[in-house]
Amino acid sequence: MKSFVWYSPKTFKEKGWTVPTTWDELIALSDKIAASGTKPWCAGIESGDATGWPATDWIEDLMLRTQTPEVYDQWTTHGVAFNDPKVAEALDKAGQILKNEKYVNGGFGGVKSIATTSFQEAGTPITTGKCALHRQASFYANQWPEGTKVAEDGDVFAFYFPAVDPAKGKPVLGGGEFVAAFADRAEVQAVQTYLASGEYANSRAKIGDWVSANKKLDLANVPNPVDKLSVQILQDPKTVFRFDGSDLMPAAVGAGTFWKGMVDWINGKDTATVLQGIESSWPK
Amino acid sequence: MEFDFAAEQPKLLMLMYGLIAFVAVVGGLLLLLDAVPAWFARRREAQLVAASASGAPLPRRPKPREGMFAFFFLLPAVLLLLVGLVVPAIRTMLLSFMDGSSVDWVGFRNYTWMFSDDSIVRVLINTLVWVLLVPLITTAFGLLYAVLVDRARFESVAKSLIFMPMAISFVGAAIIWKFVYAFRGDGQEQIGLLNQIVVSLGGEPKQWLLDPPLNTLLLIVIMIWIQAGFAMVVLSAAIKAIPADIVEAARLDGVSPWQMFWQITMPSIRPALIVVVVTLSIATLKVFDIVRTATNGNYDTSVIANEMYNQAFRYGENGQGSALAVFLFVLVVPIVIYQIRNLRQQREG
Repeated sequence: MKSFVWYSPKTFKEKGWTVPTTWDELIALSDKIAASGTKPWCAGIESGDATGWPATDWIEDLMLRTQTPEVYDQWTTHGVAFNDPKVAEALDKAGQILKNEKYVNGGFGGVKSIATTSFQEAGTPITTGKCALHRQASFYANQWPEGTKVAEDGDVFAFYFPAVDPAKGKPVLGGGEFVAAFADRAEVQAVQTYLASGEYANSRAKIGDWVSANKKLDLANVPNPVDKLSVQILQDPKTVFRFDGSDLMPAAVGAGTFWKGMVDWINGKDTATVLQGIESSWPK
Repeated sequence: MEFDFAAEQPKLLMLMYGLIAFVAVVGGLLLLLDAVPAWFARRREAQLVAASASGAPLPRRPKPREGMFAFFFLLPAVLLLLVGLVVPAIRTMLLSFMDGSSVDWVGFRNYTWMFSDDSIVRVLINTLVWVLLVPLITTAFGLLYAVLVDRARFESVAKSLIFMPMAISFVGAAIIWKFVYAFRGDGQEQIGLLNQIVVSLGGEPKQWLLDPPLNTLLLIVIMIWIQAGFAMVVLSAAIKAIPADIVEAARLDGVSPWQMFWQITMPSIRPALIVVVVTLSIATLKVFDIVRTATNGNYDTSVIANEMYNQAFRYGENGQGSALAVFLFVLVVPIVIYQIRNLRQQREG
């Protein structure tokens, strides 16, 4: 599950900050933290030859929060052009945080340091109090320095990346694994059925580092607190789930110009130019 | 850990098959190379004996048979070249006229794309900068160093210091230099050498690899660092090979060190100089690892080889990737031709 913001419950308690439940609360909290002299957000999109992908997750999360799920689907299949004003709106909304010198980049430097900070170490300033908020997927639970307690009452934990208008549902962005069958035989189907069953979900979840939206999955079988929260959100009937957009787009865009465009965008290029560049690279 | 023969049996079996296959193929080839000429020799002997016995004039060695010999010796090399070079080259050329999934013919679209897309034009310009600067600076540096340390007291130590980076892979070197250029915000502890120097001189830390055109120049430094040793060693050997009598005659005539360098050293090592520049030019045109490791071509630092790889193997745009590959090939060809002509002239002269 990707729609998470990591924070330090300890620091929040000390400073009297509360977990925001709407976008406006999130911005208000960021302003409050910025006023106290700490840069509220830290981010990093460096990832070797995949540099840029963490920023595409930001945009996807904001697309889901500023647009309807239908528009999101059209966007990933090029029904809505990449330089459409709707996409620009999402980008600018993300830019409200990512390109705001008052907000970023806690523990690393200015806005441009996001481009060269690796995604693995991007959230670590939270543990030293140099940064308060870091948007990253649930897998980040395993990226913290050794000895960091990941729990609701621990050193770090995550809260749901709030919706702009919670009345319109609970948009959730995520990735996932697929089971593809290469033969239509009874035993293959049996395995598929088993993998889709609550029985499998429960026994797999016990091993850890795994979540599922399977409704038969018992929360008690999920050991990791962040995974527990993920399952809770995924099983919530109000949740609107969408798959990682850049993974759905053609590789030339989703693993190419979208990543590169995000790097340029962080590095100072304006929204319109970046979106125009990505749009023109969409395979014809 | 104990070595369990039973558990490793499948691997050992494969290893044995491999060994047997190797012995069979190589042994067979050696046998062939021994048996075929021997058979021809025996036949010719028999003919000679028969001819001398009958008193007829000795038969002339027929020409085509020599061609056969040559054919047998060239066969393995030709086969490998065909499979590994000629066929892929032709296929790449064909692919460069097809679309991303290599289904439809698109004419010159991939080539017009290459010269009209701003980001690709940038890539071509970057490659040009690389190929102009790297051979020139590297050769100049290597030459200067070779001349300066020639017959100095610690020559071998000084030379090995410059030569050592040659032993490091391009990827390793790029990672090392990535640390040199590393950035931490103002007020943080710097982990990059360059920024630490800047900070201790009272400056502000900088994100070195972020801003063009400086970042491309900083990447070029990595290549120079690796290759300077190669230039230095080859040129140093050439300098040592200058006949002592020429040097002595020049000394007796009372040349200045400056004259010595330009009138004696330079003309004498010209062939070695050309080899170094040509080798470096080709290596630079193909540079890939450094750019890929240090920036992956972000921040306007990409070069042809990196972009070619991204297009063909990351974005699934086989046509555009192939077009870039063909263009790279076209750029390398004149250099190779020049080198071959040079070698021929030397042999004749």
